[in-house]
Amino acid sequence: MDQPELPVVDHQHLVLDGPLMLDCGTELSRVRIAYRTYGTLNAARSNAILICHALTGDQYVAEPHPVTGKGGWWDMVVGPGLPIDTDRYFVICSNVLGGCMGSTGARTPKADDPNDLWGTDFPPVTIRDMVRAQKRMVEQLGIARLFAVIGGSMGGMQVLQWAASYPEAVFAAVPIATAPYHSAQNIAFNEVGRQSIFADADWEQGRYWQSGKIPARGLSVARMVAHITYLSEEALTRKFGRRMRGASLAVFNDIFEVESYLRHQGSTFVRRFDANSYLTITRACDWFDLASDYDGNLSGAFAGTRTRFCVISFTSDWLYPTSGNRAIARALNGAGANVSFVEIASDKGHDAFLLDEPDFHRTLGGFLKGCADHAGLAP
Amino acid sequence: MNDASRMAAEPVRYVAKNMRLDLRLIAEMIAPGARVLDIGCGDGTLIEYLYRTHGCDARGIEIDMAEVTRAVAHGLPVMHGDADNDLSQYPDGSFDYVVLSRTLQAVERPREVLRQMLRIGRHALVSFPNFGHWELRWKLLWTGRMPNTTVWGKPWYETPNIHPCTIQDFFDLAAQEGYEVEKWLAVDEAGQRSPWRRWPALANMFGEQALFQLRKA
Repeated sequence: MDQPELPVVDHQHLVLDGPLMLDCGTELSRVRIAYRTYGTLNAARSNAILICHALTGDQYVAEPHPVTGKGGWWDMVVGPGLPIDTDRYFVICSNVLGGCMGSTGARTPKADDPNDLWGTDFPPVTIRDMVRAQKRMVEQLGIARLFAVIGGSMGGMQVLQWAASYPEAVFAAVPIATAPYHSAQNIAFNEVGRQSIFADADWEQGRYWQSGKIPARGLSVARMVAHITYLSEEALTRKFGRRMRGASLAVFNDIFEVESYLRHQGSTFVRRFDANSYLTITRACDWFDLASDYDGNLSGAFAGTRTRFCVISFTSDWLYPTSGNRAIARALNGAGANVSFVEIASDKGHDAFLLDEPDFHRTLGGFLKGCADHAGLAP
Repeated sequence: MNDASRMAAEPVRYVAKNMRLDLRLIAEMIAPGARVLDIGCGDGTLIEYLYRTHGCDARGIEIDMAEVTRAVAHGLPVMHGDADNDLSQYPDGSFDYVVLSRTLQAVERPREVLRQMLRIGRHALVSFPNFGHWELRWKLLWTGRMPNTTVWGKPWYETPNIHPCTIQDFFDLAAQEGYEVEKWLAVDEAGQRSPWRRWPALANMFGEQALFQLRKA
């Protein structure tokens, strides 16, 4: 496989004041957080929404991506007049700690020498570390309290962590297509992805950047496996069925359309994502188990909360199925929280939260409007 | 209503006038500012009304996902769930009123649902269609077949109403479970409060629907 260079882009960012203490005990200094904002912060600084991105997402939520040139990953949801209405709300989205779109992570320098990158020496981070960094970033932007924190998948885990760690700083929380902890099945799929990266000779024990290579094949296979978990069987059947690309019976060529689709997904992914970052972030997801910080009682994470919640799942999502989302909603009931819970009918699988799902968009927009009413935000 | 007042009323989608009779009667029983859980809240008509007019912290549970979606998209705190399975996780005394309108006859375990309602709420407001109404009695007696009326509109093999009861049955259950009947009323076909306030036996004959307010004795 050819070796595409990861383009160098100067991402908008800020540097956190003072060091950031991680769950693993390591202290990171001069932490960079890359972020984008949309809309205008009002005078009362009360209309800010933080969007938390998923595993391989980034801060380019509603504008063309500087690396791929593709539209924002949620440009159907975030924008003027859309459910997350940038005419009304000030939207912030940051690249997670450990990510590879400008925030401190495996691809950024350890200290002053720009050629001495963290690589596999980058300390393990948790979802809570990501949220800690986001909290500091939001404070540095002059916002004490967020009107809402919204995110799907791994972004939903961050939403839950925000609500648990900083309940007074979150007026409304929308965890979407997520889970209260990573299941054995979730960890298993991630492990297949990691092993395929390790098995790529170009990974070079994580020091591939020193020889100017990237473990493209390993990272690509990791993406292919993960991509299967994002789609439902119905969606794959509808898109590809058993359709073939040609009549050839060669074993090594892609024969079925679904194969060439997955290969395409894999090969485009390696042009925008760093392998070590993938290792760091999948591990962060695997460690996530919110209840474990509260003696195994998920309700305990939300005791006394005044945040308004809207939990949303999708019928055909088997990666983070409705059962886990319902467990979150029930735990919130157990804490006496104000919670809405909707399961959207969709056959598109986990990816539904990124796609055109009118019921989902109506639900999200309506919930936010209702919360804005309660928060006294100007229409 | 003239055009001006219709414009003024625009932001409020539901007005009491358009609400189902039993919901209007329930709303009258609820104190302003109360914490309310409406089980089987449909599209959230009652909880919106209680929030807008009574300043209540009103929330809902609904089994029909299309209704849940409609309610949440309208900005109302409603969660998908049902009376049989989704009450046990609420802490004791979470609400001032727990409402179950026209649903008791359709739940799997009515007695357990009532227990849960009075565990998580100080008061339970329960409305149900009265199976003791004269028309039902007459139809069963005269035709020898399961009665079919506007209230009991579905044939026996399709009805979701697996636990029908009469007003007197409900009084018996309340006594047996040690609940105090704080208020009760029956309404007739025209939706008027029936005049048999003091005579449960007559209410049981002529009341088409019943509404009870209970608390633990």
